[in-house]
Amino acid sequence: MNWTFFHKLGSPKWFYDISGKWLPWLQVSSLVLISVALVWGLAFTPPDYLQGNSYRIIFIHVPASFLAQSVYMMMATAAAVTLIWKIKLADMALKVMAPIGASFCILSLATGAIWGQPTWGTWWVWDARLTSMLILLFLYIGIIALRGAIHTIEAAAKACAILSLVGVVNIPIIKFSVDWWNTLHQGATLTLTEKPSMAPEMLWPLLLAILGFYLFFTMVMVLRLRIEIISRERKTRWVKELVS
Amino acid sequence: MNAVRKQRLILVLLLLAGVGLAVALMLFALRENINHYFSPAQMAAGEAPVAQRMRGGGLVVPGSVERDSESLKVSFRITDGAGEVTVHYEGILPDLFVEGSGVVALGTLGSDGVFAATEVLAKHDENYMPPEVQKAIDEAHPKPGYARPAAQTTVQRELRSLQDGS
Repeated sequence: MNWTFFHKLGSPKWFYDISGKWLPWLQVSSLVLISVALVWGLAFTPPDYLQGNSYRIIFIHVPASFLAQSVYMMMATAAAVTLIWKIKLADMALKVMAPIGASFCILSLATGAIWGQPTWGTWWVWDARLTSMLILLFLYIGIIALRGAIHTIEAAAKACAILSLVGVVNIPIIKFSVDWWNTLHQGATLTLTEKPSMAPEMLWPLLLAILGFYLFFTMVMVLRLRIEIISRERKTRWVKELVS
Repeated sequence: MNAVRKQRLILVLLLLAGVGLAVALMLFALRENINHYFSPAQMAAGEAPVAQRMRGGGLVVPGSVERDSESLKVSFRITDGAGEVTVHYEGILPDLFVEGSGVVALGTLGSDGVFAATEVLAKHDENYMPPEVQKAIDEAHPKPGYARPAAQTTVQRELRSLQDGS
């Protein structure tokens, strides 16, 4: 197999040039999608038959939880690429994604607690789903802290990549926690294999919100990655030409 | 892919397999402790600790809820399809406490088999629908016993999953 395309993709200059063209599209589409989804979900969908209006936090909670886990999967992928192919751009992506993923994780835990109080009757329980999600937050914080603690870029890249890979076992645990053990958290509403157990007029704004959150993540990731590229490649000729 | 990269790829895969195996063994060893609550069947079979604080969970048996008219005392039965346990509780129940729906109670199981709860949490399911849809289902399939047919399908599904799990 020919791997040249893969290495071209990993060129910081190439990525910097092409991502500049994506940014305006990402900014506009994520803003439009999230606005439409939230206004639709918060103001125009009918209330739930059991939970009334309090279920509406789902339009933030579920997309945030999706992203908290997806970002970690992307980080683990970037970690594998860093370890195997030693591509600098993958390590830069790993670095800039960690704080974004941690933010989504905090948002997911916070909205979950706010939702739990009126529905379950408690902010927090130590069930398998909530605990494994908290472990995910600690993994994110650990990866961020580990990079801060190591000063040489190559050593930090290797250490963070290994930690990211080790932590990836937590992702299936989060996903299947509600099936494997008795938990207070309910089972999944959206699955790939079954019909969603949600009325269509509630499902559409939720799917839009999830898509909007993905685009928003991509936009923030690209923005942060471009800054990281400029900062790490500051001694190269193309960056010097760019800023002069 | 050259030989060095292939070797590193194998190392990464070995790392993942090793960590995965270690975590799987750990979770297998801890499998009972990770469960958030004991089911009524486990309590009836004597698998749950007696006279110790623990959680019990199940579905509220329709028609079993008895409220004291003088105080906040309430008693109800919970089931998982394989067993039933009576729960006594004094306090405010969560809004989503509904007959036929799930609860998780914290308390102690007495030697008489009655669960004295100090905290009752409601466990809602993963179904979301507008009230009109719920009403239409109620009208199309009027069934005695469980007040909500939609909740009943959930009840049946939960019962099945509980029976599979135990």
